[in-house]
Amino acid sequence: MPAPAHPPNDTPAYRSSELRAPKRPLRVLPERVSDLSTPLLTGIAIDPLDNDLTRQHDGEPLGERITIGGSVKDEHGAAVVGALIEVWQANAAGRYAHANDRHSAPLDPNFSGAGRCLTDDEGRYHFTTIKPGAYPWRNHPNAWRPAHVHFSVFSDAFAQRLVTQMSFPGDPLLPLDPLYNAMPDPEVRERLVARWSLELTQPEWSLGYEWDIVVAGRDATPLHDDGEE
Amino acid sequence: MTLPLTPSQTVGPYFAIGLGPTIGTHVVREGTTGATRISGQVLDGAGQPVRDAVVETWQPEGVARSATDDEGLFAVVTVKPSRATSNAAPHIDVSVFARGLLTRLVTRVYFPDEGAANETDAVLQSLTPEDRTTLVASVDGGGLRFDIHLQGARETVFFDR
Repeated sequence: MPAPAHPPNDTPAYRSSELRAPKRPLRVLPERVSDLSTPLLTGIAIDPLDNDLTRQHDGEPLGERITIGGSVKDEHGAAVVGALIEVWQANAAGRYAHANDRHSAPLDPNFSGAGRCLTDDEGRYHFTTIKPGAYPWRNHPNAWRPAHVHFSVFSDAFAQRLVTQMSFPGDPLLPLDPLYNAMPDPEVRERLVARWSLELTQPEWSLGYEWDIVVAGRDATPLHDDGEE
Repeated sequence: MTLPLTPSQTVGPYFAIGLGPTIGTHVVREGTTGATRISGQVLDGAGQPVRDAVVETWQPEGVARSATDDEGLFAVVTVKPSRATSNAAPHIDVSVFARGLLTRLVTRVYFPDEGAANETDAVLQSLTPEDRTTLVASVDGGGLRFDIHLQGARETVFFDR
């Protein structure tokens, strides 16, 4: 039996979970949730520039320019085509362009921190952005979140819905992060760390990171999904 | 071949930056025949509104997404889905994301005017009568009310997917 992929919501080291994680066990559905093939995602107008977070303002954002690319596949290896990928992140100083972020680091007038794209015919995505900064949070004394980019994957199969975070290789904050450590198996949590990639590095432009995402099969059932809690 | 799944992580407190209006709150326009407003509060274990949750509804007719407001309220406008199989009552699949939740929560909205169908629904009938009530919306003015209790005596039934 492989280790569960998804972290348990009941993770006391993550303080926000205390009043929010359900206390009762999840119920097993007698039959799986029917897959949805909605026309929704075919009707979405995505600007080709929506995947470039460095070109949303008059000027360029400060920070280390990066390209993030990868594939979205299901657990059987099939490409997930036409999925909506939405990303959001802090700026290079570790500050989100959000009213509730009170970190004293400066906002960047040239960086909103949001992007989106649809996966192509091979299930691939890519974004151009700047490397986000680490930032403090109040989970425990002197707590800092490792640099990360939030990812949302939205295909037409309910079982495949995923919200997650991509981290950067070699970040010294990762071993101290309760969200990262919520997956007890090191092999499992390392799946959240991108690989630095010379292939994706654009000469004289941006450093490349490759991060492949694997979601459940369209027909996932608890019997052959290693993600059940 | 089985590839290892990418783990889920929390949506965090700042998802509003990225989970924009690409997916909206309306499956159908208000005023469409059969259009139903479904709203409700997301509440934590202390009974306090969860002001930074996002609720998504899925059904064959389309999907909708609503962030909660300062009162923990979400609202979507949709239609009642058709009955999928003979032992399934009409229902909408729901995902709940929030700071404090590392993995999405999955639940279902059933309809209060489908009493007979609800009586034969395999999922509802697998639950105790008390648990069943957490999944059936109530009539609220011209729409439906579906509160989501993350914890507590009235904790909503959540499914493993």
